[in-house]
This record gives sequence, C-alpha cells and structure tokens, in this order.
Amino acid sequence: MHGDNTELVRVRDLHFSRGTKHIFRGLSVDIPRGKITTILGPSGTGKTTLLKLIGGQLRGNQGTIHVDGLNVASLKRRELYQLRKRLGMLFQSGALLTDLSVFENIAFPLREHTDLPEKLISHLVLMRLHAVGLRGVRDLSPAELSGGMARRAALARALVFDPMMIMYDEPFTGQDPISMGILIELIKTVNKALGITSLMVSHDLAESLSISDYAVIISEGLVVEAGTPEQLRSSKSEWVQQFLQGKPDGPVPFQAAAPDYETELLGSLDRSGS
Amino acid sequence: MINYVAGVGRYWIDFLASVGRASLFLLNTLTALPSLFRRPALLVRQLHAIGVMTLSIVLVSGLFVGMVLALQGYNILIDFGQENRTGTLVALTLVRELGPVVTGLLFAGRAGSAITAEIGLMKATEQLSGLEMMAVDPFKRIFAPRFLAGFMAMPMLAAMFSAVGACGGYLLAVVALGVDSGAYWSLMQSAVNFIYDVGNGLVKGTVFGFVITWIAIYQGAESIPTSEGVSRATTRTVVYSSLAVLGLDFLLTAIMF
Repeated sequence: MHGDNTELVRVRDLHFSRGTKHIFRGLSVDIPRGKITTILGPSGTGKTTLLKLIGGQLRGNQGTIHVDGLNVASLKRRELYQLRKRLGMLFQSGALLTDLSVFENIAFPLREHTDLPEKLISHLVLMRLHAVGLRGVRDLSPAELSGGMARRAALARALVFDPMMIMYDEPFTGQDPISMGILIELIKTVNKALGITSLMVSHDLAESLSISDYAVIISEGLVVEAGTPEQLRSSKSEWVQQFLQGKPDGPVPFQAAAPDYETELLGSLDRSGS
Repeated sequence: MINYVAGVGRYWIDFLASVGRASLFLLNTLTALPSLFRRPALLVRQLHAIGVMTLSIVLVSGLFVGMVLALQGYNILIDFGQENRTGTLVALTLVRELGPVVTGLLFAGRAGSAITAEIGLMKATEQLSGLEMMAVDPFKRIFAPRFLAGFMAMPMLAAMFSAVGACGGYLLAVVALGVDSGAYWSLMQSAVNFIYDVGNGLVKGTVFGFVITWIAIYQGAESIPTSEGVSRATTRTVVYSSLAVLGLDFLLTAIMF
C-alpha cells in the first residue's frame, strides 16, 4: 500500500517512547480511504497509542503522521480541532458523558460546534440513534446502558458529524455474542453506506478480520505483516501464524525472559544447603 | 553520599517540574475563562454543584463554631466583667480568621475532593479524551467553569459562615447566657471595621478559593486513571489544600493585620 495516493492516513518512520520504553521504532503504515483497516498485535504493543497519535492526542518523538494530507504534529491547536471534527473515535469504554442522557450525549457535538435549531438537532440525533437501534433508550443515562449499548451510543455520537474516518479502539472487547454481531454489522454498514474510512484496533482476530479489507500486524514497534486478511492467513511468517492461530509457544516464547531454569533451581538448592 | 546527593537533586527536579506543569495548567485554565461569557450555563451549574451543595455543611459548622466561640469567650470575659463584648470577640475571630480558614478546610474536604474525584473519573473513563477527540477543549468545557465557580463560591461561603457564626454566638450569649442583646450587636458593630476586618477576611476567602480549586482540578487532571490513582489524587487534594489554607492564612495574617 505504501506510496498509494488513495491512503487517508500515512505514517512514516514513527518513533514514540514512554519513559525508557520504546513503543514505536520507525513504524510506517498506510490506511487506505474508504476501507476497513484493522491494526492487530499483542497486548501492550501500542495499538491504542497509535490511534492517539493519529488523533493528535500524543506527539511522536520522530517521524510523521499525515491525515488527509495534513501533518498532525505540525498543526496548531485550532487546526487540530478542525481536523478532529472530521474524525470520529469510538473508545473502548464508550467515553459517554455520564452527566448527560443518551440523547444529549449524541447531541453534544452538534450543540458544541453548531448553532443548529433544536428541531434539526433532534432529527439528526434520532436518525443516528435509529441507525444504531437505540432510539428507544434516548432518555436513559449512560450508566443504565449495557456495555454493548454504550458502544452503540458512542458510535452514534461518533457518526453525528459525518466524519471522514472513524477509529475504533477494541470495539469487541467484553461483548456478548449478540452485541458483538450487532457491532460487526454496524461497523460494516457504516463503512459501506457512508463510504467512510474505518480504522480499528482489535484483539478479536476472527471478528475483525471477517469485516476488514486490509490488516496490519504490529509488534515491538514495527509492522510485522500487512495485507488483506487472506494474505495474512497464507503468510509464511512463523510469528504471524503463531499470532493468528493463538499458539501458546513459538517465536513469541511462552516463558518470559528469565535466567536459566536449571541453574536457578540448583543455585537455590545450594544456597539452602549451605 | 553521591547517591544521596543525586536523590535530593532528582527530588528537586521532579518538584520543580511538577510546579511548572501545575503553573502551565493554571495558565491554560485562566486563558479558557473568557469562553464562559458565551456559556454562562456551565458556570451556573458548577456554582450550584460546588457552592450551593457545600452551603449546608458550612452553615451548620458556622453555627456551632459561633456558639463555641461565644461560650469560651463568655467564660473568660465574665471574669473581667466584659461579657458584653462577647459579640466583638465572636465577630472578629470569625471574620478575620475562622470564617475563611474553617470554610477553606470544609471546602477542601467537600468540594475539592468532589472536583478531583469527578475529573479523575472522567479521565479514567476516557471522557476527557473523548471530549478532545470531539474537538471540545476540556479547559473550556470542564476545568474553567469549575475553577471560576470555586473561586467565586469560596469567599461567599466564608462570609456566610461568619454571618451564621455571629448568629450562633448571639443564640448562646444572649438567649442562653443572658448577655444584653443591644450590647452584643452594637459593640460588635463598633469594633468590626468593614474594610479592614470583613474586607481582609473576604480577600483570604478568595485566595483560598483560588488555591483550593486550582489544586483540586490539577490533581484530578493529573491523576493516574485507575481507581487507586483517583483515590490517591483525592487524598492529595484534601491534604495539599488544607496545608495551603493554613500556610497561606499565616502569611496573609502577617501581611494584613
């Protein structure tokens, strides 16, 4: 995909560290327009951090991130906020404002950024709520929603401004099968019907790959493999196969790095005997 | 020895860095204040949450503190035949010192901890990140209304504490102990200077409101987004605010009186 003019997000040579921990060490990845792209990788590999870097909530130490041709790191605060109005983000927790009802949560971005008449706001919100199947719970508070409903409400809020891209942070984590099925269908429908770009980070391989047009596996700060789900499944990389098939041992060892087992056991025996 | 020096150096560098972060945070909050002219409803809601909701504990405490001051004052002054001056003692103690200080301590415990816990939980549940990603500035939407509300509410609460305290003193001294009602109020009125005593007391309340709300909001925004992190941040708010109130009170008293 590199060099393709149709990419909406272009990450080049991205370095990012937290304290002494290097999260990205020269990451380069493209997110194509109008497609569903999934970023996969082991826990703690920086998938959510990548979304925050793309959204400008974090700044990389080195390298560039372009979103729709704009270099995110060089944007002034106002320009960054203009860009964010064109991005939607679905947080793992939903991130609904707990002091507002479901309806007011969806209306929140409209009230903050527009002077639309109340009637129009009401129509726009009801349309989004209907699309995610939550028109009937508009007056409930977020605390009264199930986890799946909260994510659907958050999706309705992310859609209210007709964004060019939605970023999904672990959308399927902790969902029951029905909620998961609904979310999968919604993400697919939103992508196809509205023609927006979807960028998803996920652990749930089967679900996310089933709707993805393109997937990127990252580990230890670099892209391990990228391509269509079929290309990934037929990858010859042992690492990729271990990850996709969930094997407990392989190139990613079962045992965390530790001193030699035998030496350690015998050493402790020697110490206790002396 | 070198390790000790390095440890002390690291501590001071961390301390100065955190002072710098808190100052920048305050600057960003102050810069966001003008946005409240366009959204006064945000301020009104916080004035209710921070000011009105703290009123009951302040009024009840004020009443009891006034009564205790009157009782102690009466017991001492009666030995000198000056029990009519109980009102003066109660009023001066309240408006100069106990009004702003006790209200500050109560405000830190009631409103400061609530502000920190609310903002900390908003951070832990990604609501602050969510606002940022919706292109809504948390400084304008969350921090500035709370800061201004705390800053405005604190001197008003301190004034009400003193007023109710004076009434509590009246109840005890006049109604219960038989001090002359006219003497209680008139001697109080002649002894208390509005600018020098009440004014300085209000200045203290304003300074305490500024510092407590700053600490509370900053601790919430900087808290580690876990239940333990929010709990620690809330504790820090109460401890730092209480110490700041007592320390600043000494400083302000030395300057003012």
